[in-house]
Amino acid sequence: MTTAPSTDICFAPMIEVEGLTKYYGEHAAIRDLSFTINKGEVIGFLGLNGAGKSTTLRVLGAVLLPTAGRVKIDGLDLATDPHEVRKRIGFLPDVPPLYNEMTVGAYLAFVAQLRGVPSEMIEARVREAEQKTALSEVHEDVIGTLSHGYRQRVGVAQALVHKPALLILDEPTSGLDPNQIREMRNLIRGLKGEHTVLLSSHILTEVSQTCDRLLIIDEGKLVAQGTEAELSKGSGAAVEIEVAAGGADKAKTALAAVDGVRGIDVISSSQLRVQAAPDLRPALVRALVGANVDVLRVDRAASQLESIFTELTA
Amino acid sequence: MNAILLIARRELAGYFRTWLGYIIIAAVLVLDGLLFNAFALGSGMDRKSSEVISQFFFFSSGVTMTASVFISMRLLAAERESGTVNLLYSSPVRDFEIVLGKYLAALGFLAILLGASVYMPAMVLVAGKISWGHVFAGYFGLLLLGAAALAVGTFGSAVTRSQILAVILSAVMVVALLVMWWVGRVTDRPLSNVFENLALWSLHFPPFQAGIIHLRDVIYYVAISYVALFASVRVLEARRWR
Repeated sequence: MTTAPSTDICFAPMIEVEGLTKYYGEHAAIRDLSFTINKGEVIGFLGLNGAGKSTTLRVLGAVLLPTAGRVKIDGLDLATDPHEVRKRIGFLPDVPPLYNEMTVGAYLAFVAQLRGVPSEMIEARVREAEQKTALSEVHEDVIGTLSHGYRQRVGVAQALVHKPALLILDEPTSGLDPNQIREMRNLIRGLKGEHTVLLSSHILTEVSQTCDRLLIIDEGKLVAQGTEAELSKGSGAAVEIEVAAGGADKAKTALAAVDGVRGIDVISSSQLRVQAAPDLRPALVRALVGANVDVLRVDRAASQLESIFTELTA
Repeated sequence: MNAILLIARRELAGYFRTWLGYIIIAAVLVLDGLLFNAFALGSGMDRKSSEVISQFFFFSSGVTMTASVFISMRLLAAERESGTVNLLYSSPVRDFEIVLGKYLAALGFLAILLGASVYMPAMVLVAGKISWGHVFAGYFGLLLLGAAALAVGTFGSAVTRSQILAVILSAVMVVALLVMWWVGRVTDRPLSNVFENLALWSLHFPPFQAGIIHLRDVIYYVAISYVALFASVRVLEARRWR
């Protein structure tokens, strides 16, 4: 049995994925995915709903077996040594795996035991996990009575109660209100250093603020990876235009004729997103006025990252 | 702690943290009590003690099989329904440990349930003598019969995420095993022998009811349990490939 200790050497790979493919029947959820994640990194796994995020995380979380490809976690092959791999990971699936009839404390103690924490350390680990996730005051509460925000935090607490080298969090902020999202973001940032974290999201701003590096996946394929700065280099910015209701199609025709426009997305009957340098805004307005479209607002796209994302997954 | 025992302990406690456990115990005791009053004691006072006890084990076997189907319905189906199965799947626990842990919890609950009915045969003491060997053999038979039904129920619970569907599937499988004796009667030898011996009740339970423990009957119930649990483990493993 391989029991290589997980040392804190940076730049040693925590996850190595090669040619990962997963079919559900005839349908390929992920195709030929390859990437490497180093120890200590916080990685954002980004994609639209149905892009294959959850499937990939379930494979990495040792829940599902891949159809093809190799996965190594902390140097251990997932196919030949799944049991050892599972000792090193903490996984929060898209639905937190909670036993509603148990109290928070009893549940976390159960998970800690299940993941092999020695019995004399369980109490301390449970308290520690509760402290990190701000759950101390609900230690005695029954999980079924908790609000959504608490449940999500219990989900994170169960993933880290045994101090795994790798934390895999599938949409940790889904369904949370803005305050809770901010808390969760701080919590995840606080985990950096102690754990390697891989988290998924379909919300861009959230990921760009929390993560060191991003992996962008679309239709089961990796379309880009890198830091936010690296990703934005290769792409132009976008301009957001709001016109009088119903004028979007007319505006699209007019804008398409302007030099320097690389693409136009109609977001709603009154909103468009134009792939073009912000310098081009006067020309865009002139074109719209010339075509008799009432312009209400012209803006630089809110997030640099968002335009990258739209470009890559369009 | 051993993963099997850990899972079993949590599951067994779960029966008593929800209403399910109490409802099943209450229903079984009411049913057993009514049947005991109506049939085992009978109207006259001229019954032999051994007859009363034998009658008790006769109807208890039916109640036990029915209860087992309900006891096992939530084992794996509820885990999938609520998504908690992903916790077990991603933990350093083997699939057979998940199934065995769940099964042991159900078996433990059944043992508690059976233990709660001991007062009925003990009541015979009031008006007669009692052979504790007979009582022990009968309960041993009930536990074995229940163990087999629970294993079939575990399999039913493994193949679906709906507890209601699990109950229906398990009931169909248990009934199918029961009517094997009838299939045995309408077929020719040697097939008839095979079917008769496969039947869940007709050949294998009556000896226990009469206070006799045959090794072949014990082996039969253990074998049925083993096959059903083995199939459940395979279902869990297959899920990972889905």
